Amino acid sequence: MKRIKNSGTGLGLVPSALSQLPWRMLVLVLAIGGFGLVVLFSAAGGSINPWALRQGIRFLVFVAAAVVISRIRLSVWQQGALPAYAVIVVLLLLVELLGAVRGGSQRWLDVGIIRLQPSELMKPAIVLALARFYDLLPPSEIRRFGAIWPALALIGVPAALVMLQPDLGTALMITAGGLTVMFLAGLPLRLFIGGALAFVVIVPVAFNFLLHDYQRKRVLIFLDPESDPLGAGYHISQSKIAIGSGGIFGKGFLQGTQSHLDYLPEGHTDFVFATMAEEWGLIGGVLLILAFLLVIRWGVNVGVRSNSRFARLAAAGLATTIFFYVAINLMMVMGLAPVVGIPLPLVSYGGSAQMTVLLSLGILMSIDRGNRDQQCW
Amino acid sequence: MSRPSRVVTEATQAFTFSRRAFALGAMQGGMGLLLAGRMAWLAVAENEHYELMAESNRVNMTLVPPRRGWIVDRHGAPIANNRTDFRVDIIPDRLEDPTRVLGVLRDLLALPAEDMERIETDLKRSRGLQPVQVAENLPWERYAALSVRLPDLPGVVPARGFSRNYPMGAAVAHLTGYVGAASAEQYQETKDRLLITPGFKLGKDGLEKTLEVRLRGVPGEKRVEVTARGEPVRELATRPDRPGETVRLTIDAGLQEYAARRLGTNSGAAVVIDCLFGDILAMVSMPAYDPNSFSDGIGRLEWKMLSENDHIPLMNKVLQGLYPPGSTVKPMNALALLQAGVHPQETVHCSGAMRVGTGVFHCHKRGGHGATNMRRAVAQSCDIYFYEMARRFGYDMFAPVARSLGLGQTFDLPFPSQRYGTVPDSKWKLKKYGKPWTVADSLNASIGQGDVLANPLQLAVMAARLASGRALQPRLLLNGPAPTAPLLSATPEQMAIVRDSMFAVVNDGGTGGAARMQVPGVTIAGKTGSAQVRRITMAERRTGVLKNGQLPFKLRDHALFICFSSADNPRYAAGIVLEHNAHLIRNLDTPIIARDIFTYLYDKERAMKTLAEFEPTWGGDIATRMRAEAAAFQAANAAAQVAPAPATVDTPEAVGNAVDAAIANQAVPEGDVAQSNASRSPE
Repeated sequence: MKRIKNSGTGLGLVPSALSQLPWRMLVLVLAIGGFGLVVLFSAAGGSINPWALRQGIRFLVFVAAAVVISRIRLSVWQQGALPAYAVIVVLLLLVELLGAVRGGSQRWLDVGIIRLQPSELMKPAIVLALARFYDLLPPSEIRRFGAIWPALALIGVPAALVMLQPDLGTALMITAGGLTVMFLAGLPLRLFIGGALAFVVIVPVAFNFLLHDYQRKRVLIFLDPESDPLGAGYHISQSKIAIGSGGIFGKGFLQGTQSHLDYLPEGHTDFVFATMAEEWGLIGGVLLILAFLLVIRWGVNVGVRSNSRFARLAAAGLATTIFFYVAINLMMVMGLAPVVGIPLPLVSYGGSAQMTVLLSLGILMSIDRGNRDQQCW
Repeated sequence: MSRPSRVVTEATQAFTFSRRAFALGAMQGGMGLLLAGRMAWLAVAENEHYELMAESNRVNMTLVPPRRGWIVDRHGAPIANNRTDFRVDIIPDRLEDPTRVLGVLRDLLALPAEDMERIETDLKRSRGLQPVQVAENLPWERYAALSVRLPDLPGVVPARGFSRNYPMGAAVAHLTGYVGAASAEQYQETKDRLLITPGFKLGKDGLEKTLEVRLRGVPGEKRVEVTARGEPVRELATRPDRPGETVRLTIDAGLQEYAARRLGTNSGAAVVIDCLFGDILAMVSMPAYDPNSFSDGIGRLEWKMLSENDHIPLMNKVLQGLYPPGSTVKPMNALALLQAGVHPQETVHCSGAMRVGTGVFHCHKRGGHGATNMRRAVAQSCDIYFYEMARRFGYDMFAPVARSLGLGQTFDLPFPSQRYGTVPDSKWKLKKYGKPWTVADSLNASIGQGDVLANPLQLAVMAARLASGRALQPRLLLNGPAPTAPLLSATPEQMAIVRDSMFAVVNDGGTGGAARMQVPGVTIAGKTGSAQVRRITMAERRTGVLKNGQLPFKLRDHALFICFSSADNPRYAAGIVLEHNAHLIRNLDTPIIARDIFTYLYDKERAMKTLAEFEPTWGGDIATRMRAEAAAFQAANAAAQVAPAPATVDTPEAVGNAVDAAIANQAVPEGDVAQSNASRSPE
């Protein structure tokens, strides 16, 4: 209550809007993004075209946007969570309808300037919506059935729609993000244990009846990539070769053969980590993982420091969404998970994931700001 | 959480949240550790394995076919060597849009329609990475023009390599054999990558095949960095090939070529053997194919021409041609008689015919030779003398001598196949036909007809053994001095008598007078022979036997000759067989050919002069005649072409088949063999 240093009026040389920012986290994010640009520069054979330059510009734009978003009041997120969720579900339905009309699957909507991918927006939206749901739920209701089924419905509808696209990776992330908020909200632990057991039973069934042929094949090949080293197992095999051949210190900047000679497929998007690891080795990989963990830990801590239930659940949930990005991508790249098409946030070339992650970080900063303001007031 | 009745308030919820958030954080940290651990496992523990895989990804090792070892003659002159060659192949697996690529290749390399047809058939048959040859021996300009266009011709592989070269062409065809690309089966057997390397050829026949291990050499390696699409980025390292061994033969290249040319238009074989060591100095089977064009893979038309030719150019007659030796066995039989105790001066009266049982046996001289001793019998080739002796002793007495002189056996020579021929006797006949030996059998065998069969090499060995008195073993690979061959069982006196009778054949009014040597101080001893390949019926004999010249080629007599020189101190021996020659043209008959081949050994200039006189009358040298023949065949074929034949021929297998067929069709079907100078007639 007595700390005036960080108050909105701003007394120092730096405007308070800037000095209030969580600079340690931002530096880490800028470092990760910058390092990503270096990797993209190498992946293009030592050229800022076609990837590094565009990615760099987009990155700066989204970081700026995140800083702007951080100025938005927490209550806006709190109030807007459910309406935003509803809008995105409608967009998902639209995508599905358009796909049905045009024939074949579709994941985005052409809105003139940009191609909007509603499933990508759903990742933070589901977290916010569930956080809002449990925020509205009286504490005494948390052990009732009424605390479970609306949440499951909120998760199930978009997850099913995304699954229809079909995009297994995103559907999994939406589900995982939703379940994380349910876990944090304090639902009985036995539900999660029981759910995990049920999952073990359902997986074989889902594998046989719900998955598409190509998805099933990917899973099978994940289990035994060497069975088809030139076919669908090629991605995993080549990725492991790239990481494994990098060694402790890597082959050196611009010296990667797997990426430069095109053995590594998707070396600038989903498998960018392998491109990086080949040239920067274990050192580069561990530092990158550490940087991500620190950013995520900051996000979780923002939640822990929060006083409002919505802020707590939203912050920890968003941080965990970022964590899922990183974890699933790295597991896939290192041959611990099937190829599901999840990019490495801030590093992989492509705007959608970049936008989602920086949007989430923007919301996290906004919550963080709210925490400090509360302290001040 | 354990007690259902517990009251949940804001405060407890916040507490639960921080506990669970901590658990979540711990889980996230754990996952981070797991990922770092996994990465360490890949990059440290498994680093070597993955480094190797990255390397094998990156580096494409191509084999450089080794230069094949040379085959040289006894003086070191090349019989088979290598020349630089620009070639183009297609790797079927990498080929995209074959129609367009083939079209571009046709225009760039000016490929004739026949080649295009072959390439298309090969492409249809080929699998995977086995290269299909587009063209060989390209001129530099075309090769360069193609190299420029390579980026838009995926799957097309140009290469600079070496190809096999036989400077003497057809003259050595049956000696060296030829080389060719490995077949798919051969690759399946060994999985040796060298076999599917563009430009690699292995021996398909003759010495090239049997000496493959020594001639092949060790391939070089070229390590090239390639992209995932197989585009070369840069060359990393090259290990040169190790050429194959040079193999030295006992052959005298000059003599070999001379003999081949001197056979002229004949279908036949000539073998010359050194009487000291058994070295084969020349081994010629003519006509022959050109091993140079065979090694490039031959066209359908060339194949058709070769397989239809009644002179059987695809068969090595030296080893695979079997002929009744005819009268050339008479010196050998004389030796057998001497060893059986017959006095050389003992005479037999020849009246021109002889009755044995129900048959009448004729001498080739209708009026008969009168009183004939051994020397006269050999010199004049009197049949009745040998009939009478065979009747007296039975052929079982002659057969062992025939075997000791080299008939009915194969020799230790580097060739894929040799034919044994036949030295018949009573045991052999009983086993083969289940019938007892008859006097008539003995009589026929005594003049080298009936069941007796030999190949030209065996005849040359027989001549060499008669000349040297030793059981010489013919050899073709020159590796150190040959061991001295053991003496034959005959005494030097007996050998001298036989050699003197052969001297008389050429130099003392005998049947081989045409072979008399013109080089001063050198004499030839020999024995002529004719082998009839048809039965002369009684009816024909009554109306007058047809002259050979009136008969179709396949029914004419074979002409044979064995000889050695010099008669007094033998150094060289030879056996010559000319199929269906029938002694029609003097300068193409055996004695003069033998004389000229021997003349080459003593006086090259004189021999070449003689050849220069004769060759134009036959239509030029071998290559000229083969070109003319090919052109004529092509013209005839083009005129007769109503429906084009379907596909090209697969050389190696087809050659084998064609040779087998040729052997089967050879004009000596047993039982149908007519008795030469004499013919049996039932009365």
